[in-house]
Amino acid sequence: MSIDTSKVADSNTTTPASAKAPSKAGAVATWADDRLGLGTSMKKQLRKVFPDHWSFMLGEIALWSFVVLLLSGVFLTLWFDPSMAEAEYQGSYDPLRGVEMSKAMISTVELSFDVRGGLLMRQMHHWAAHLFIASMLIHMMRVYFTGAYRKPRELNWVIGCLLILLGSLEGFTGYSLPDDLLSGTGVRAADGFLKATPVVGSYMSFFLFGGEFPGDAIIPRLYIIHVLLIPGLLLGLIAAHMLLLVYHKHTQWPGPGRTEENVVGYPMLPVYAAKAGGFFFIVFGTVALLGGLLSINPVWKFGPYDPTKVTAGSQPDWYMGWPDGLLRIIPGWESVIGGFTISWNVMLPILIVPPLMLVILIALPFIESWITKDDREHHLLERPRNRPTQTAVMVSLMTFYGLAWAAGGNDIIAIKLHLSINQITYFMRVMIFLGPLIAFIITRRWCISLQRHDEQTLLHGYETGIIMRSPEGGYSERHLPISNDAAFRITARDRDEVYAVGSKVDDNGVAAPGGKLDGLRAKLSTLMYADNVQKPTAAELEEAHHHAEHEHELTAALDGRVADGHQFDGHHAVEGETLRGDH
Amino acid sequence: MRLLNRSAGRLSRHRRGPLAGLVVLLLGLLLTGGLYSVLSPGAQADETSTSAEDVQAGRELFLVGCAFCHGQNGEGVLTQSGTQYGPPLTDVGAASVDFQVGTGRMPMAQPGQQAVRKPPVYNDDEVRQLAAYVDSLGTGPAIPDASAYTLPDDLTEEERQEAITRGGQIFLTNCTACHNFDGSGGAMPRGGFAPTLRGVEAKHIYEALLTGPQSMPSFSDGNLTPDEKRDVIAYLKTTEEKPGYAGFSLGSLGPVSEGLAAWLIGIGGLVGAAIWIAAHTTRTDRKKPTDHTRVNLPSGTPDPDQTGAAS
Repeated sequence: MSIDTSKVADSNTTTPASAKAPSKAGAVATWADDRLGLGTSMKKQLRKVFPDHWSFMLGEIALWSFVVLLLSGVFLTLWFDPSMAEAEYQGSYDPLRGVEMSKAMISTVELSFDVRGGLLMRQMHHWAAHLFIASMLIHMMRVYFTGAYRKPRELNWVIGCLLILLGSLEGFTGYSLPDDLLSGTGVRAADGFLKATPVVGSYMSFFLFGGEFPGDAIIPRLYIIHVLLIPGLLLGLIAAHMLLLVYHKHTQWPGPGRTEENVVGYPMLPVYAAKAGGFFFIVFGTVALLGGLLSINPVWKFGPYDPTKVTAGSQPDWYMGWPDGLLRIIPGWESVIGGFTISWNVMLPILIVPPLMLVILIALPFIESWITKDDREHHLLERPRNRPTQTAVMVSLMTFYGLAWAAGGNDIIAIKLHLSINQITYFMRVMIFLGPLIAFIITRRWCISLQRHDEQTLLHGYETGIIMRSPEGGYSERHLPISNDAAFRITARDRDEVYAVGSKVDDNGVAAPGGKLDGLRAKLSTLMYADNVQKPTAAELEEAHHHAEHEHELTAALDGRVADGHQFDGHHAVEGETLRGDH
Repeated sequence: MRLLNRSAGRLSRHRRGPLAGLVVLLLGLLLTGGLYSVLSPGAQADETSTSAEDVQAGRELFLVGCAFCHGQNGEGVLTQSGTQYGPPLTDVGAASVDFQVGTGRMPMAQPGQQAVRKPPVYNDDEVRQLAAYVDSLGTGPAIPDASAYTLPDDLTEEERQEAITRGGQIFLTNCTACHNFDGSGGAMPRGGFAPTLRGVEAKHIYEALLTGPQSMPSFSDGNLTPDEKRDVIAYLKTTEEKPGYAGFSLGSLGPVSEGLAAWLIGIGGLVGAAIWIAAHTTRTDRKKPTDHTRVNLPSGTPDPDQTGAAS
């Protein structure tokens, strides 16, 4: 049977559509498709569906600021001269004219004052770097808080963690390039960190600097790391990150019609492309505004680096601030072993804790899956309150980070809030241990309280704010059932299973397989899940609804009636009025 | 000439006498002391014109406003535990008084880690009288003349620029470690702080360099020559007048305020933009839906997608 397809509607409009003559654009597309064969895959990918939620766009900020970084960075390389050869500055910034400085510094000051748009580009590059790393961090928090790192996305989590590490290193190598007083102080600190490594420290330092600090090799070396090595790695990892995103499909919030097998949202073209494209321009515009209006790293005020000089307020850029804070609050611990000094005061805050934090961050999904032994795929997100322990772990890590970070700005806090820098240091020394603990406990209990609230809402409805008085004179607030959509959202989650160590032998008397760590696993599982409030069963919900209906019946007679006695409130004439029932 | 030779010869006869060594030593000491008193900076104190009336008026002000902590004769007051309540002012000089009182640091509103700058309590005349009185108590640097802290007018533009550049390099070497690269100030131990240098009179900066108030070291003329001090002040005053080439300076505090701006303005704004974008969903109609077009299910009708509310 053949059908005349020319009369079949290809749209939902009222007028039937018919085939049009191929357009010019179509001819070009056909030409390209004949040679590249992209049509088949594009047809699928352009209609790829992404779910819509503001928190899914945080990673996009990172992506778009990276694009700004690439564009502005290319501009800067056209003028920047990564050389430590000394020369006299003869540019147009008067207070530095005639001062000896490296060519790197000269070209940076010239970029700022003598290249058209150079200062704007420098500042945009720097602000974009700040936003790049900051948005990676908030994106990472979102992924963790919603459980989006669970199978099958663990490897993408690892890639994301590596991106944060590489981004920070890229930032460090970048702000070290101008060879101004602040960046030189930072490189000097990095030299100290290398030298604090036991046994190989001084060799590593000599290897990096090509001799004694500062030498004349470090800037060219940092430059090639900054413009080639790390950007290459970043590009590769970002590509892998996004390919995996496409392959896994985006996670979504649970809701009516949303399952582990589908994605509900808008197609890439035209909706999501417009949203994402628009967001690119917003990010670009924000960076341009920041670069145009707010000063960042005014190298001409710092002057060239000189090991004999230093400035108050010598801080690294914010993302390196938290190790700096740890360095600022650690007591001056050193031990001398066989004539060699081990500088714990540098090793602990710089060489041990930050890598350890990265390892903890990378390991989080794997620790969780080891405890739960959950081998299912998860594409539906969890609400942070429904994972109290995990949420509390991340808040605890954030508290540690935040306190260390604040300690890195202790001098600015001291002068701006009129505090003693010593007292800040003592406070931080205690709070760096106590703070994360307190944050963990508060967050966990807070989440569990919210779960209880959800359960109350499910079973007894929401609080209407209507106070009812019963015939006996008792007061109660009227609750009304929530909508089915709302009930769905609250209940769309799994019940947590607390792992308990089984008996050593199975039913047939054969020794059960089990690791030595089963006991630990059971303890952690209890800590993670035992206190959580589980969603009510269908029977419990049914019972609650039945109860609510019964209550409504009892109070229905009072609906819309003014409570007796109110007529004597002094505002009305009471001539001939009596109480109802005439007692 | 003959007479001179004869008297020289007479003197020469005593050159190996028992008292000759002592006399030469005395002469040498007198010469050194005399030269020192003529050439040393403290000697300037004697040159400033202060009248006896100024000293007397200053003493009266001092007894009312300062003596409670510094003693009736500026000899200082000790606490019971032996620490300084108010330090002795016998050898601080007029420059110190002019700085401390002229910037409002003295009299202190309350005891504290550090005297803070505030609107001066005394007017210019009273400050001069107080300075004259304290100066009369002993030695110490005088209030500098305006020529000490301003670049001379006869410099060529090039020389002036060189002086400012030199001042900037001296500033970065000696001052920024406490006062920050832009003179915005910095923290000192135990609640102390290096104050901002912005908006401070050139005279007061010069006096602070001379006298080293509070935690600040004093920069003697051997350490920083008067010309070098003058150049530092010229640098500070020049950069103060320069526009903020790069935009709003965020307090010129370095990376801490930059990081704060990146998070609060940058990330704050962009997350706001993300929320705005995500809040705008697609519409099939150009018009926004109005109330009467919205589908209202009659109450009590079961929702068609009532699924899996509890499984």
